[in-house]
Amino acid sequence: MSEAPPTTPPTEAAPVHEGTATPRPTMSRKSVGASQRTAPDRFTPPEPPALEVRDLSVYYGKKMALSGVSMQIPVKKITALIGPSGCGKSTLLRSLNRMNDLIPGARITGAVDYHGHNLYGNSVDPVEVRRRIGMVFQKPNPFPKSIFENVAFGARVNGYKGDYNELVERSLRQAALWDEVKDDLKKSGLALSGGQQQRLCIARALAVEPEIILMDEPCSALDPIATLKIEELMRQLARDYTIVIVTHNMQQAARVSDYTGFFLAGEAAYGQLIEYGPTEEIFTTPMDPRTEDYITGRFG
Amino acid sequence: MAVSLPDENFTLQATGRVARRQAVSRASKWVLLGASMIGVVVLFALMVDTIVVGWSRISWSFFTSYPSRFADQAGLRSSFIGSIWILSLTIVFVVPIAIATAIWIEEFAPKTRLLEFVKLNLANLAGVPSIIYGVLGLAVFVRLFGWGSSILAGSFTLFLMILPMTVIASQEAIRQVPPSLRQGSLALGATEWQTVWYHVLPGALPGIITGVILALARAAGETAALIMIGAFTFIAFDNTSIWDSFTTMPIQVYNWTVRPQEAFRQNAAAGILVLMTVVLTFNIAAAALRERFRN
Ligand SMILES: Nc1ncnc2c1ncn2[C@@H]1O[C@H](COP(=O)(O)OP(=O)(O)O)[C@@H](O)[C@H]1O
Ligand SMILES: [Mg+2]
Repeated sequence: MSEAPPTTPPTEAAPVHEGTATPRPTMSRKSVGASQRTAPDRFTPPEPPALEVRDLSVYYGKKMALSGVSMQIPVKKITALIGPSGCGKSTLLRSLNRMNDLIPGARITGAVDYHGHNLYGNSVDPVEVRRRIGMVFQKPNPFPKSIFENVAFGARVNGYKGDYNELVERSLRQAALWDEVKDDLKKSGLALSGGQQQRLCIARALAVEPEIILMDEPCSALDPIATLKIEELMRQLARDYTIVIVTHNMQQAARVSDYTGFFLAGEAAYGQLIEYGPTEEIFTTPMDPRTEDYITGRFG
Repeated sequence: MAVSLPDENFTLQATGRVARRQAVSRASKWVLLGASMIGVVVLFALMVDTIVVGWSRISWSFFTSYPSRFADQAGLRSSFIGSIWILSLTIVFVVPIAIATAIWIEEFAPKTRLLEFVKLNLANLAGVPSIIYGVLGLAVFVRLFGWGSSILAGSFTLFLMILPMTVIASQEAIRQVPPSLRQGSLALGATEWQTVWYHVLPGALPGIITGVILALARAAGETAALIMIGAFTFIAFDNTSIWDSFTTMPIQVYNWTVRPQEAFRQNAAAGILVLMTVVLTFNIAAAALRERFRN
């Protein structure tokens, strides 16, 4: 996998008309083709789906926040969800591991298939779902406990019987944090810098060995250097994990993701998936004019 | 580079409106200080008076003697032991029930009208005069349950009396635990109970302890409710069972203050000193515990 993802800022992308331009050569790092796209929001990634969202709508009370989203999240790839704030990105992300259950009044219609089972099926236990589909939040939220206990917690509550020292080291290494904290694992997780805290939260999520990691604007509270570190880490993690990241930073989506879904809450006031496809296509040859307006910075 | 001379027509001293606003601000400090001092001075005067009157009575025999018709032979023994029994039992009842109630309300209860009703009632109950709890205790525990004027009936009455304020304090403490911690825990596949046990409770514990101790201080000084259930008796033995009749320190003090003789007034003052020391010890213990759990 390429270590240096293309960094063409979207604002530099020349206005293109749908379907006419070919992807830029610098964008050719991935072997995904445009051929699967028949409409802006219809796209089937070549990889098998880790999650299949089918006609998902989410309501908060009477208010519809997200309407009729269908998309396949490919396995071991990074899928970015972009769009202006309030368009339902976090809402979609939370419904991928049933964190929406925690919001009083939240209601969901449609389905999310995971290994052929609907996450919203009757016999599905949300605790079981969340163990397999982890989440990293916008604001780093380490527990007010030691670094070691932060990482070990998920395994503990899941009854892990193996070697905790080994598990903690492995998870911290995977999260590229081990070298910075290996000498004081007893230190409070809250004593770390913001970027380290966020990597601790990633390590904590990895320690329960999920298949999928959902990240909701994981860098929005971090400085640019810490942000780059996390982005690098995400590229590494994508070898073993399926990652879905919400970001309002289009450069970030362009830098790290393989696929991008663009969401918008139009006059209708509920969010919709406007366009979905390989990241380079979304940023160079969007099919929907609204996508183009957004990525060229004309609104949002 | 040239050094610029101060501009003669320019001043950074307070003038006009700023000067007036600053004058008000400075005056406000003195007014607030004065208000605070009223309480402090009155309390200090009371303390001094109590110490002056009662200090000479503080001795070992004051703790080891039962009440007596003779002021110089009377002591706190039975009421001290009675207070310890009553407070210990009250703690045993109130801590688990209050914490469980608060957790249920904050973490598990469906957000319905019924819940709002329960919360409203808790707030109201916390403001009910203690004598009402005494009447309730008399009717239910002493008479209906047939427990008599026993330690058990007394602690149940005080337990009911301080339960609302303890629940409310525990709720406050639980609400202080950031939602992001709960989300972090749940997102790792912890159950709701595991999240409460490992994160919410430890985070809320300092606040819960403070609430419990403050409530206990109130129970320690409670007289009316206990007199109501029949604790106003002459006890010249050591309590050994929850079925014993009992007296407590504030009741004993009250007992002494209604006597006409000056010597009993001294006993009362000494009793107050002991009671205050006990309550102060509670508060210090609470602060120490709070600091420990904070780290
Ligand atoms: N907990 C909630 N309760 C009620 N409405 C919510 C809640 N969370 C989000 N919403 C609403 O749902 C819509 C989408 O929000 P969100 O998913 O947070 O958008 P985004 O993450 O794209 O900024 C917004 O209109 C927002 O007001
Ligand atoms: Mg969001």
